[in-house]
Amino acid sequence: MTPASSVLLLTTLTGFGYGLLAWVGVLAALGLLPAAPLFLPVAVVVALALATAGLAASTLHLGHPERAWRAFSQWRSSWLSREGVASLTTFPPALAFAALWWVLGPDAFATRAFGLLAAALGLVTVGCTAMIYASLKPIRQWHNPHTVPDYLIFAVFSGAVLLAALRALWFGAAEALAVAALVAALIAACAKFAYWRFIDTQKPLVTLASATGLTAFGTARPLDRPHFTENYILREMGYQIARKHAVKLRRIAVGLAFFVPAILALLAAFGVTPAITATAAALVALAGLFVERWLFFAEATHVSTIYYGR
Amino acid sequence: MTSLPQPVPGAKKLGLVIDLDTCVGCHACAVNCKEWNTGGHHAPLPDHDPYGKNPDGVWFNRIHSYEAGCGGTSRTVNFPRSCLHCEQPQCVTVCPTGASYKRAEDGIVLVNTDICIGCKLCSWACPYGAREFDEDQGVMKKCTLCIDRIYNEALPESEREPACVATCPSRARHFGDLGDPNSHVSQLVAEREGVALMPELGYQPVNRYLPPRQATIPSKPLERPVAGGGNALLRMLDKVLSR
Repeated sequence: MTPASSVLLLTTLTGFGYGLLAWVGVLAALGLLPAAPLFLPVAVVVALALATAGLAASTLHLGHPERAWRAFSQWRSSWLSREGVASLTTFPPALAFAALWWVLGPDAFATRAFGLLAAALGLVTVGCTAMIYASLKPIRQWHNPHTVPDYLIFAVFSGAVLLAALRALWFGAAEALAVAALVAALIAACAKFAYWRFIDTQKPLVTLASATGLTAFGTARPLDRPHFTENYILREMGYQIARKHAVKLRRIAVGLAFFVPAILALLAAFGVTPAITATAAALVALAGLFVERWLFFAEATHVSTIYYGR
Repeated sequence: MTSLPQPVPGAKKLGLVIDLDTCVGCHACAVNCKEWNTGGHHAPLPDHDPYGKNPDGVWFNRIHSYEAGCGGTSRTVNFPRSCLHCEQPQCVTVCPTGASYKRAEDGIVLVNTDICIGCKLCSWACPYGAREFDEDQGVMKKCTLCIDRIYNEALPESEREPACVATCPSRARHFGDLGDPNSHVSQLVAEREGVALMPELGYQPVNRYLPPRQATIPSKPLERPVAGGGNALLRMLDKVLSR
């Protein structure tokens, strides 16, 4: 599948935004966040700004962005529609959470309840995004049991590095959060390796013989293409660059997304210029997850390209 | 609404039956389809640089050719590919706007281009590569089964069939109701053991393909000077020359 930058931005930025929201919501409910009156509201604004940026970017690849509002209507059947509904539904409780923290204080029941609600809805949105891909039967690299857990794990990891960076920038230290980010990075790396092992051992979904109804002849082999030029299907689904450089690109992706941030988080946990190392960890993770998401698309093969012998 | 209509027993399932035995791969179906549909329901269809070096556009039919089997018994099979109007069309259920829909009355899968947002997700959900995006108008387009011909009362009744079927010079394409076991298309499928494409994916396509016949035509064996076969003169010659 050809990676569209708008969709890469959508999935990585909403992962960071809703991941951060999940962390602050849960930690506030547990009473583990610093009680500074401004810290939490700023974190929530950062989270919602990232999610908004991702959602706005996603409308850029539409043929008719002005009709995007129609996408909220088919939540009964469409995961894309559910993603839209869930992402917007997250905003009111998240804003209420920040406001209540400011007005009633961190320990009020209402503050903690809205924090948990916002955290849950944020993760539901990430789950809906993942289900858009996991529900597509023609793409075996997406339609499998790894996709949804992976998206959730990567969102939780993104939120952890981002919250560690915010805390280190604000208070000058973030030992516990840096350790959480380190653990999340290692879990995320394991999940990504498990995913790659899975897709590398998968069999193709169909054979050309079953795609053409020629199974009675045993095998089928392409001779002539319908047209000598590329077409929409081949441009959108016949992407082949990643397959050529898969090994190198995978090293770059896990290195940037998980291992470099893990080392930086370790330094931050030991108090080595935490403001700098934790911020760097978040920025490198953002770049790395962008590469990881690019590969998620670029390595995905669509069954319809079998008609073209790809 | 992109939820699928409740299946009604005995409901019409309009579709195509394509005979891979008699298709000669002339592309007339693709050309006539483009000709009709660039003025029809989905008009216009993009057609960039049609006579130049890099022609590009939307086609609802694309004609591949494959080699079936291998070795001495292999054969060339021409393979027209278009929307199969599936009974479980995931292209419909993934649509976030309701633009993509399946008609309850005849099973035709259509796009309402007035509300399509052009997210392309339906084309990702189609394993057959049947949907093509119109970059000029920013909306998805697909085969309509020539809905503007088959119900068109301005046309004589004999012409109320899809453009691809009407034009096929080898009569390899047939149009009818595959929900009715007595229709001529259903009987063709039963007689020739017509198949669905990629049945393992569960989309339950309505269209069927009739596999090439594997029968051989009985003919007189070639004369071979073998013991006990051929005529007496050849047997004698074979004996003499074999010394």
